[in-house]
Amino acid sequence: MHELAITESIVSNVVERVGGRRVTRVVLEIGKLSGVVPDAVRFCFDLCAEGTELAGARLDIVQRAGRARCRACGRECECDDLLALCRCGSADLDVREGQELRVREVEVV
Amino acid sequence: MCATCGCSDHADPRVTSPGAQHGSDHDHGHSHEHGDDHHHDVGAPPHVHARPASRIVQIEQDVLAKNDRLAAHNRGWLDGRGIRAWNLMSSPGAGKTTLLERTIRDLGAELAMSVIEGDQATLRDAERIRATGCPVVQINTGSGCHLDAAMLAEGLRQLDPPMHSILMIENVGNLVCPALFDLGEHTRAVIMSVTEGEDKPLKYPHMFRASEVMVLSKVDLLPHLDFDVAQCLAHARRVNPRLEILALSATRGDGLEDWYDLLRRGRQPAAV
Repeated sequence: MHELAITESIVSNVVERVGGRRVTRVVLEIGKLSGVVPDAVRFCFDLCAEGTELAGARLDIVQRAGRARCRACGRECECDDLLALCRCGSADLDVREGQELRVREVEVV
Repeated sequence: MCATCGCSDHADPRVTSPGAQHGSDHDHGHSHEHGDDHHHDVGAPPHVHARPASRIVQIEQDVLAKNDRLAAHNRGWLDGRGIRAWNLMSSPGAGKTTLLERTIRDLGAELAMSVIEGDQATLRDAERIRATGCPVVQINTGSGCHLDAAMLAEGLRQLDPPMHSILMIENVGNLVCPALFDLGEHTRAVIMSVTEGEDKPLKYPHMFRASEVMVLSKVDLLPHLDFDVAQCLAHARRVNPRLEILALSATRGDGLEDWYDLLRRGRQPAAV
């Protein structure tokens, strides 16, 4: 599954930034429209963190809601899945938020 | 590091030209280092460990930033050579390789093409392409379920596609993961066959939204199926109103001219 590659990237990104310090907490932002399943990231995290500065760290995942602008009528709407329809009936949505996949911050000692 | 061949313990993806010599397989054992155990002697005076001060380090980094940077680099490299790259994605067995074989045979004299094949294992798809006379390399991901920009970069290094040509990248058969990984392609095409059910686009919205082109394949099988083509197209447009949709049969020939026109149209001159 792609969450394994993604979690490996998360761990290596953090390791690059913490200069050898031990990480106790990682805060991730995962958008609801990103196509990444938070539980799958959790599943992989301990495995990927083993032997690194992130071993044993707590993983906090913040899920960002989706927001899109309808290309047909211009209205903005909240959407939590990719099959959302605008109130005008159009499916032509320009997704603006909710596709994030980022490491926001970490706590180190 | 493996003392035999010098490669790392992680099973790195392999890029192979079909027909090239294989090195012998090396068994790579994994050893896991365990963190230090903290022991307290019985009878030692009680002591408190001063908690080291913790601090927050702002990272604010997209997880896929590295992949995306490499993808942009790949795209720039391709643009500089006037190479138009297609990322072909589908469930396993939808007909990607067969479509490529047919395309190469019909268009090979008119359009310079080369292929990068992606599979977990074997060179079988690359060998099929090689048999058409088209330049090809195979990427084997091992346990990986998708190609990424780093793999494409290595594939491009080995393949060295000619200028002013079309590069077809056949991704690992998987309707989920490849959608998330920009390789550096110009066009993403999702291929689904008429044996996969009209509602496929609804069930895999990320893939159908991430693609610019949809190919409905194996239409020669329609007389044997209860597949409603109009319904499938409606579902696809529901997920992605901007999809360019073609229906074809790589074996019988239906709809191939429209596909070829798309490839002809997509060719771009080299950046000056």
